[in-house]
Amino acid sequence: MKYIDEFREPRLIAETSAEIRRLADPARQYRFMEVCGGHTHAIYRFGLKDMLPRNIELVHGPGCPVCVLPMGRIDDGLSIASAHDVVFAAFGDMMRVPGTNGSPLEHKARGLDIRTVYSPADALKLACANPDRHVMFFAIGFETTAPSTALTLKRAKTLGVRNFSVFCNHVTIIPAIRAILDSPDMRIDAFIGPGHVSTVIGCRPYEWIARHEGKPIVVSGFEPLDVLQSTVMLLRQLERGEARVENQYRRVVPWEGNRPALQAMAEVFTLRSYFEWRGMGFISQSALAMRDEYAEWDAEKRFSIPGIRVTDPKAAQCGEVLKGVLKPAQCKLFGNECTPERPIGALMVSSEGACAAYYQYEHRKSLVAISA
Amino acid sequence: MCLAIPGQIVSFDPALAHSATVDVVGVRRKVDISLVEPEGVSLGDWVLIHVGFAMSKIREQDAHDQMRMLRSLGETQAAMDEVRGYLDDVSEGKGGSPP
Repeated sequence: MKYIDEFREPRLIAETSAEIRRLADPARQYRFMEVCGGHTHAIYRFGLKDMLPRNIELVHGPGCPVCVLPMGRIDDGLSIASAHDVVFAAFGDMMRVPGTNGSPLEHKARGLDIRTVYSPADALKLACANPDRHVMFFAIGFETTAPSTALTLKRAKTLGVRNFSVFCNHVTIIPAIRAILDSPDMRIDAFIGPGHVSTVIGCRPYEWIARHEGKPIVVSGFEPLDVLQSTVMLLRQLERGEARVENQYRRVVPWEGNRPALQAMAEVFTLRSYFEWRGMGFISQSALAMRDEYAEWDAEKRFSIPGIRVTDPKAAQCGEVLKGVLKPAQCKLFGNECTPERPIGALMVSSEGACAAYYQYEHRKSLVAISA
Repeated sequence: MCLAIPGQIVSFDPALAHSATVDVVGVRRKVDISLVEPEGVSLGDWVLIHVGFAMSKIREQDAHDQMRMLRSLGETQAAMDEVRGYLDDVSEGKGGSPP
């Protein structure tokens, strides 16, 4: 655990921690899910778990886009690059994610033209700069990232850039939350809502969680004080028997979201009838596909894809961890067969995944303690 | 994956629509401002940048707080690598840094 003096406004943090202890009913067990992978990372990094009473458990949700991407999609993307001699452009986060026959980085070593880009717009620039090559952008991300891909596609269409396409893997957060709530072994009392996704979608799309499921949700910032304040807001709602959507991250998140971003997404994307999530299976209407007007820039329509399906090993219990039924270390594979260096399950794949974060900050700590 | 990087708008290029140069701790790059333009952006404004696009306008104090938080999350390097990695110009054969 870090010392709270290292954080901004340590006095306020101490007061907020005290308020959490005052509000938490010692006779009750609380399970709060932080939906966003960024929160998971911050919670471990800042040791926030240690600032909460033992009866408040933070459950790490599905909000890491790298983690939830099925391995078959990576295989499909790489097979397009290989079979059609196209440039495979993707964010750096994707480069070490294993496919069946290795990661994009390993495919690069074998001669595939794999490039890291930091923006979808840069993949388009790459296509403009190399008119004799086809550049395919391997798009991943939630609603935080999807508008950037949408605007890039609009620009490609306006400019008439024909040697550019997108392999679209964008997913949407609400159906994933719904899938978790619909699960019979679900044990979540309330949600810490995602910060940056909400800059785009706003707070309104969460209202059903409060209204129909009776669960409070607070959209939260990422600083220690933000997460602690959000915890206070959730506890206050539970104490009063309320279930509402609240916005703790008002300095960044407008209640209505970002209208131009939503417009661009609506113009370019449509909902897929279903999409597979690693660790969660098929979830209906949970991902974005490109509209027919963008077929020319849609790698899935432009190239034949094998449609590879790779199931996670049965022993991997990612789904149970996601629903809060198991803690990362309770999975049979955790730390043995499944490590950040050789991930088997979805949640070990990226530093924002629950198991990878737990491994980095908690598991290593316990190993040091044992060997000391 | 979901880094939000604070930057200050330091210039607009009249020849390039929906684009502005931002300064992120001394590193200057062009970013797309389509998503914040409707609410109005001026020189000196602070924005949160994600994958080369300004996502929202923020106050200066919040920008400094965000940078400090990236530092304490150990993500400054990743953020600066991202900003430095944005391609400014489109010239033959350039771009797409090795992973």
